[in-house]
Amino acid sequence: MGPVLADVLFVTALIGVLTLVHRPLGDYMAAVFQSTKHLRAERWIYRSVGADPDAEMRWPAYLRGVLFFSAVSVLFLYLLQRVQDKLPLSLGFKPISPDQAFNTAASFVSNTNWQSYSGEVAMSHVTQTMGLAVQNFVSAAVGIAVAVALVRGFARSRTGELGNFWADLVRCVIRILIPLSVVAAVVLIACGAIQNFGDIHHITTLTGQRQAISPGAVASQEAIKDIGTNGGGYFNANSAHPFENPNGFTNWLEIFLLLVIPFSLPRTFGKMVGSVKQGYAIVAAMGIIWFAGVLAVTWLEYAHPGTAAQLAGGAMEGKEQRFGEGNSSLFAVSTTMTSTGSVDAFHDSFSGLSGGVLLLGMMLGEIAPGGTGSGLYGMLIMAIIAVFIAGLMVGRTPEYLGKKIGAREMKLAACYILVTPSLVLIGAALAMALGKGQSSMTNVGAHGFSEVLYAYTSASNNNGSAFAGFGANTEYHNTMLGLCMLLGRFLPMVFVLALAGSLAEQKPIPVTAGTLRTEKPLFTGLLVGAILIITGLTFFPALALGPLAEGLA
Amino acid sequence: MTTDTSKTEIEKQDSMSTPSTPTLAPHQDAPTGHKADEGRVGGGLFDPKQLLSSLPDAFRKLDPRVMVKSPVMFVVLVGSVLTTVFSFKDPTDWFGWTISAWLWLTVIFANLAEAVAEGRGKAQADTLRKAKTDTVARRLLADATTEEKVPGTALTIGDLVVCEAGDIIPGDGDVVEGVASVDESAITGESAPVIRESGGDRCAVTGGTKVLSDRIVIKITTKPGETFIDRMINLVEGAARQKTPNEIALNILLASLTVVFLLAVATLPPFANYAHSHLGMVVLVALLVCLIPTTIGALLSAIGIAGMDRLVQRNVLAMSGRAVEAAGDVSTLLLDKTGTITLGNRQAAEFVPVHGTTQAEVADAAQLSSLADETPEGRSVVVLAKEKYGLRERHQGELTHAEWIAFTAQTRMSGVDVDGRKVRKGAAGSVITWVREQGGTVAEDADTVADRISEAGGTPLLVAVHDERGARVLGVIHLKDVVKEGMRERFEELRRMGIKTVMITGDNPLTAKAIAEEAGVDDFLAEATPEDKMALIKREQAGGKLVAMTGDGTNDAPALAQADVGVAMNTGTSAAKEAGNMVDLDSNPTKLIEIVEIGKQLLITRGALTTFSIANDVAKYFAIIPALFAAVYPGLDRLNIMRLSSPDSAILSAVIFNALIIIALVPLSLKGVRYRPMSADKMLRRNLGLYGIGGLIAPFIGIKLIDLLISLIPGIG
Repeated sequence: MGPVLADVLFVTALIGVLTLVHRPLGDYMAAVFQSTKHLRAERWIYRSVGADPDAEMRWPAYLRGVLFFSAVSVLFLYLLQRVQDKLPLSLGFKPISPDQAFNTAASFVSNTNWQSYSGEVAMSHVTQTMGLAVQNFVSAAVGIAVAVALVRGFARSRTGELGNFWADLVRCVIRILIPLSVVAAVVLIACGAIQNFGDIHHITTLTGQRQAISPGAVASQEAIKDIGTNGGGYFNANSAHPFENPNGFTNWLEIFLLLVIPFSLPRTFGKMVGSVKQGYAIVAAMGIIWFAGVLAVTWLEYAHPGTAAQLAGGAMEGKEQRFGEGNSSLFAVSTTMTSTGSVDAFHDSFSGLSGGVLLLGMMLGEIAPGGTGSGLYGMLIMAIIAVFIAGLMVGRTPEYLGKKIGAREMKLAACYILVTPSLVLIGAALAMALGKGQSSMTNVGAHGFSEVLYAYTSASNNNGSAFAGFGANTEYHNTMLGLCMLLGRFLPMVFVLALAGSLAEQKPIPVTAGTLRTEKPLFTGLLVGAILIITGLTFFPALALGPLAEGLA
Repeated sequence: MTTDTSKTEIEKQDSMSTPSTPTLAPHQDAPTGHKADEGRVGGGLFDPKQLLSSLPDAFRKLDPRVMVKSPVMFVVLVGSVLTTVFSFKDPTDWFGWTISAWLWLTVIFANLAEAVAEGRGKAQADTLRKAKTDTVARRLLADATTEEKVPGTALTIGDLVVCEAGDIIPGDGDVVEGVASVDESAITGESAPVIRESGGDRCAVTGGTKVLSDRIVIKITTKPGETFIDRMINLVEGAARQKTPNEIALNILLASLTVVFLLAVATLPPFANYAHSHLGMVVLVALLVCLIPTTIGALLSAIGIAGMDRLVQRNVLAMSGRAVEAAGDVSTLLLDKTGTITLGNRQAAEFVPVHGTTQAEVADAAQLSSLADETPEGRSVVVLAKEKYGLRERHQGELTHAEWIAFTAQTRMSGVDVDGRKVRKGAAGSVITWVREQGGTVAEDADTVADRISEAGGTPLLVAVHDERGARVLGVIHLKDVVKEGMRERFEELRRMGIKTVMITGDNPLTAKAIAEEAGVDDFLAEATPEDKMALIKREQAGGKLVAMTGDGTNDAPALAQADVGVAMNTGTSAAKEAGNMVDLDSNPTKLIEIVEIGKQLLITRGALTTFSIANDVAKYFAIIPALFAAVYPGLDRLNIMRLSSPDSAILSAVIFNALIIIALVPLSLKGVRYRPMSADKMLRRNLGLYGIGGLIAPFIGIKLIDLLISLIPGIG
């Protein structure tokens, strides 16, 4: 079997299984968020934090819940890193420096999982499992909760009530993320991923060199790393490390895991707004952009010019021999377009244009299919923008899912789409203007610029993957990237929840023949076009000076 | 004919037959002089000369305080100032000067679009002002007999004024005494005088119109300065123009796109410096202006003004732009049956003989007996007899020794006694009584036939004769409401657009149903009272629908106010005009459909030009980015797919295209995009293809052509 055929089968199997799974999973998630019953474990949690899970919240209350919970999480994670040496199972690691601890706390709470540290030489067992792994669950759940609140905004009428944040958060963790992670972790262990709390092994290699082999509860963290589109690896090498990603099957499984919730949430959305077709239109737009990215990167990598690349059958530098060209490309596109950020190959080593596609994947705002929850609400915001323009062209003031897109809705959607481009461009421009970008580059010319651009794009869009060459662990970048992550995560949530509140208060407009049909392929096409033009063009000049300049040279 | 319903029916028919005071034919088509060009909502006229004459206004609008209202164009203005300042610093830089000149032109073209749109309203306002000449009012004093002369501006609400033939009515009010014919051409453009009388629904008079005959006493209902004509002037001039909700929302989107592109351009120098490419202010501003949505930013307010103007051209005054937008969203139309769906009067459709007589006999008797009936129904009998049965129309004079019995509301019959033969035609009850009085009998099947006609929604008139064979009923005339031609197709179109039509009528449910079916409306409200109408509107609105209706009577006022689009007829009462948010000067209820179409056309034009504007950016990038950076990264020249001749020429071509496209689209923004009723799906496909795909491709061609021209100029190519 040639490598191309293998890749085709690999992708086909992935799409096939996603297609099969997204329906039951999406329906299940809808049922979870619409259920009126509480599990015993959940009741116990509500009692211990003093939350009333049945109290409906208007958007400000819901937002307060999100912000309060996240602020406490940042503080806790920061303190944990600062005192890890005094806690058990410290492995002898020192406390993390203040700027890096802030960066890491911001990173894991914002579901970015940008890592300016190397896990195996910095983080203790307690920090990894009590701090980082817990955030892997709850930060993903916060994203899903906000998305569900927005969906309720569409589904409900004449009320400002968006559900209960604490109930959504706890249910998402208990009923969705933990069960999925347990199953995934068991499979990963069965396939060879490690799971222990042992000490560092010091071994002597065949060539006589000494090597430290780090232990850890890897499989469990690996599962949620992908399922929650987190991406923060136990080890620095992330999914390229054999303890995290032992073989070709686990590689496939990890890609599947990081795509499965984002691609299933549109179904949940469709179910909750009472029209699964609306969900299909959204998932189709996500799928088209994702698949186009996969095709582009795979093709660019195979066709990479250069003698070495052609002899190896593709640009193999920085890629795992175990996974090869096609699987690495598929992983790379999936991880950048889902805000996951875990990697099984180094994006720095991709060809100039492929690197550009990966960057663009993040710049689109992590919506194809995007992070858990954040992908859905980001895509719905883009749908609102698309509806606004297209809706006018059918001769009515715009409406989406029976809700008017008036000045207030437009204001919130416009603020949303302003946030991440501002952070990316201003962040990168400041770094370049102050010379901080240049000093952290490990490459020269356009590729060096791509590293800086990539870092700020990744942080602001809560992706977390890095162009490996970039030296991010400086006080300046730790602080600035940390701010980008926090603002890039929580400012949009403010606008999403305010929008949800505004939509929920409206009375629904019935569908007539004069209504723009947002469940039709035409609308999906329009949505894709609007995303590429509006979001893509914002970054065209910057991309021209980085990946395009390099790739077209 | 004993059932109650049929009786009321007949009485209704009769009361309708009563000749009423002729007023301005309420259902006539738009007066001449306001003819729409091809297509129902084809659009207004556009004369290139307007561009020239509006130029001074365009310059006047350069005031930053005015410009700041349009964020996109304000950015262009600031950019123009910046590039001009930088050009002064380097006066030998022809490139900087040329770019500055074209940026100024971009701003002026945008102002020009707005000025042209406003200019058309100004001409209309001037005409109206002429009507508002200073009038002297003859105010009645408390004793109601003595008059004093006061200026029209000194009148207050509640004053009684007297107007006689030749007087200009000094202010808006209601006639409280007398009846007069009034020339309202100053407002409606219609020269035929109308009747205004006290009481009823035709009591409202408008200041500035002229009394042609008789004497009326008017109670003033509005303050000077707030009269209908004042409001009209403000409206057509755009003085009262406020941004509509959708315009505000669109402005927000445009502003946010502007900010995004501002960021993209402002952050470029640090990136470019790293690549050793040092960008000047002029090229940065040029790039920015090309990227921000200037096309729609420039034309947005012109589109709005032109939309209102298109209504004015159809003699409809919208009190707010909001109402015009709402018209596009309407999903339920309440249409009055009479005058909108049917012609004003019932017409004879068929002669049905009773047992033992022939159709020809009935036709002959019906015609004969109707010659003395001058009501429209009566005339229609004569016409039917002629058209369908070939009976030559006879004239009363032809028959000697004939005694004509004219139709009256009391007898509800007409007929003739000639050669010892008495022929009668009329309401069933009256004719039956007459036959019995004459000692005749009523054939049993006369009843059956009459019932059948009633059930079908028609009105039966009986034809009877008293001759040598005695008095008897010959047959029945089937009178029915005649649905206006083409209404069925129109309702079909409306249905495809997703608009539900509801027919409102005072008829009983049976009649209403028959007409509703024939006309093809979706629903009907029979025996409708104002309360029923109101309830229907509220019910529709509770379901999230927007409702449009027309009305003229005072009792329509609450419903007009409740409806999202309430079109008051100009012939209506001031209460109705006050309650609605539009006034139709022609008082033509069918126009409601056109109003909806104009609303839709306005929104489509806005959306189409927004799409076009955004889609344009792709080509501009392909022109400018290689021009900026191909020097430091030669690979980027591969993006120069248009093969533009030089970096300077590429940037200049993009800027020139960006300016010229505004002027090129002024006619479209004033006329509105071509609109035909179709489903949302089809409409989206069509407009997306035209303005989306077209917007992607057009600038590639346009920029290339401009570049070809520029490269011919020595020293540039």
